[in-house]
Amino acid sequence: MTESQAPAKERQTSDEGAEAPPEQSTGGWRGRLGQGLQQLLAFGTLMALMLFFAVASPNFFTVSNLTSILLATAVIGILAVGTTFVIITGGIDLSIGTGMTLCSVVTGLLLTDMGLPLIVGVLGGIAFGALVGFINGFNVAVLGLPPFIATLAMMMVAQGLALVLSGVRPIYLSGVPGFQQIALGQLVPRIPNAVLILFALALVLGVVLTKTVLGRMTYAIGSNEEATRLSGINTRRWLLGIYALAGACTGLAGVVLASRLSSAQPQLGMGYELQAIAAVIIGGTSLLGGRGSILGTLIGALIMSVLINGLRIMAVQSEWQTVVVGIVVLVAVFADNLRKRRAEGGGRA
Amino acid sequence: MSALLEIRDVSKGFPGVQALQDVDLVLDRGEVLALVGENGAGKSTLMKILSGIYARDTGTISIDGEQVEIAGPRAAQELGISIIHQEMNLLPHLTVAQNIYIGREPRVGPMLQERALRRQTQALLDEIGIRLRPTAVVGDLTVAQQQMVEIAKALSFESTKILVMDEPTSAISISETEVLFRLIASLRERGVGIVYISHRMEELREIADRVTVLRDGRYVDTRDIGEVTDEEIIAMMVGRELSAHHEDRPERQGGDAEVVLSVRGLSTRGLLSDVSFDLHRGEILGFAGLMGAGRTETARAIIGADPISAGTIYVRGEEVRISRPDQAVRRGIGYLPEDRKRHGLMLEQDVAFNVTMSSLAQVRGPLGVLRGGKARQLASSFVDALRIKTPSTRAMVKNLSGGNQQKIVIAKWLARDCDVLIFDEPTRGIDVGAKEEIYRLLHDLAGRGKAVMVISSELPEVLRLAHRIVVMSEGRVTGELANDEADQEKVMALATKNIDEGDVA
Repeated sequence: MTESQAPAKERQTSDEGAEAPPEQSTGGWRGRLGQGLQQLLAFGTLMALMLFFAVASPNFFTVSNLTSILLATAVIGILAVGTTFVIITGGIDLSIGTGMTLCSVVTGLLLTDMGLPLIVGVLGGIAFGALVGFINGFNVAVLGLPPFIATLAMMMVAQGLALVLSGVRPIYLSGVPGFQQIALGQLVPRIPNAVLILFALALVLGVVLTKTVLGRMTYAIGSNEEATRLSGINTRRWLLGIYALAGACTGLAGVVLASRLSSAQPQLGMGYELQAIAAVIIGGTSLLGGRGSILGTLIGALIMSVLINGLRIMAVQSEWQTVVVGIVVLVAVFADNLRKRRAEGGGRA
Repeated sequence: MSALLEIRDVSKGFPGVQALQDVDLVLDRGEVLALVGENGAGKSTLMKILSGIYARDTGTISIDGEQVEIAGPRAAQELGISIIHQEMNLLPHLTVAQNIYIGREPRVGPMLQERALRRQTQALLDEIGIRLRPTAVVGDLTVAQQQMVEIAKALSFESTKILVMDEPTSAISISETEVLFRLIASLRERGVGIVYISHRMEELREIADRVTVLRDGRYVDTRDIGEVTDEEIIAMMVGRELSAHHEDRPERQGGDAEVVLSVRGLSTRGLLSDVSFDLHRGEILGFAGLMGAGRTETARAIIGADPISAGTIYVRGEEVRISRPDQAVRRGIGYLPEDRKRHGLMLEQDVAFNVTMSSLAQVRGPLGVLRGGKARQLASSFVDALRIKTPSTRAMVKNLSGGNQQKIVIAKWLARDCDVLIFDEPTRGIDVGAKEEIYRLLHDLAGRGKAVMVISSELPEVLRLAHRIVVMSEGRVTGELANDEADQEKVMALATKNIDEGDVA
């Protein structure tokens, strides 16, 4: 290790007692604080945005509008939460948008053409998503393809398959009893089930990421895949699992989207992956891997929805809404870099 | 006449740390000045001030008797200061010539003049006596050759008169080191002053004129190297005498201890050919050889990190098939890689994360839920046992020193309770005090019945640590020596044994 990384005057000779010099600790808590700070920053941004729109328009801060923001967040949020795992491993999944579409088509076919029970259609869509994710994982971990390429190819395959399977026509699902309730029912008054699904998923996967072996492996692979492998971890197996998990989330998003629209729309989906990835990045997850959180992703997804909703209420043209979201992504990544540089600067320079 | 470079009373503080306090350094023309000190003593900080990366807080720097301000790396270059960093800054996909003259390519308008560039580079390489092709791609060169390219680059600036080398030999072999030393000798004849940072005493003795010692950011002393003993230098560095040598040269191990690991006829497609050896319980088996002799490859082949083309591995007499590292670990074989940062650690994660990496099975509950408290407990028991200097088990590993990072990798395998530990260059980049501690640790491990394999390029280290020494050359085992019959000459003779010649004769 070079001194540049530890100007703190450490003495590693054995006779000096185990107590570390106080200055050495700076890096530790500063790094930890940095992680929390990023989430705090994202949360602060979210609050500031809401305050701004609340002041700018009387129509923003109403129960019905806030509900519609949450509903609009659900699908992107579910995709984003799942893909957070992949991004923390240092990978990327471009197939989640069209993969979601494919899953909703599969669910639609199971429920209409094949007339299977609701639960089979729902679980079938999720399982199909997991299969798509597993294939991505196989291409990445076993065949060694770069995630970008592997999932770009899968994005195209999924889009094509969705069109082929559906005959390029929407599959209408309003005739399936109970299907609409999945997203739009209100187990809790005023809150659509889609939102509950998102929060429940985020809670469960948040625990998985921080408290389980799978989560630990996600961070480990993203921090240093080779070191993880040499530590005696079967990294292939874990990567397969992680991509499959993200794929299952894709399937769930497909089911929720189809339920919300009462139909499976084979033309939809392209572009959702980029919005989900943007939400993950705004939430402070590093594209380089090894760092990120589900809470951050959730906040990131909310920031995007609030922005789009707020701009719409202020009658900003939808073309310009996209421009603003793009700028927000830039600012978020820049702020994260700045914070990182400062945190390291404190320890180093 | 004034000195070439004179640094007086330079101080530099970072938030919470006084990295340098009133440090002096004087370098004459044509002199090689060794700069030594433990990691964290301030050597790199001082060199970064010299190269314009950091600004000093107080003090003066004079070149040829004139006070100078070094505003940035560019200004340093213009003042004739060139630094060859420990971590190289070359572009692996470009050629030697393109690397040396990057940003200064001969051109006509916007068009690069590749041929002129090659000629110019050839002339430079000829002048300083480096035998490399200007068109060779840097990524294909050995580490030592890349080092040569760095040196050539530094000297390609006409004005270079002060050259700083930060541990230039830490990654190159003995024969390559000799080439480097010849180059240094010719530079010195041209009046270039060289600041040479290294941890290796023999090396400093061979090339340095004087030695300046820093400790804890302070200047300790400057002495003619002929006037001081190694022990005195080390004492100046650590601020006390080291009680190191009482356990020099381990006892010869009785051959009756159980064979834990047995390797027969191990071969790989690239390099290894018919490598066989036995490793006993409680034994430290040294692996000596030149760079590229196949020692790391042997280790990686054993643990299944690289595929093998032939050979059998027996663990406690039982034949095992190992094609992935996790299978090796399940058999109780742990590998501590040569390049800790790249292959051994998750630098951005904390101590507990790294220590428990291989033994999560011990701290997991139902559904794979990790027990955070138990994990921390496990980690902190090893932090205590190995005396790892860290503020807590939550500290990020990248903020620890090299010695403590190495101990974390060791802790990882001890937590897993591996019987066979393969150390690849366990003390590379670690300072003298921490080295002693690692040595003691290795002895303890062997004493507790672990079977330890140590790959090292530092002969004194192997001679000191190992009960037996396996010597490799060109992918084969060329000899095996018991400690009491081994010495540097014998090991070197085996390490340089040319297999092909032997076959012809």
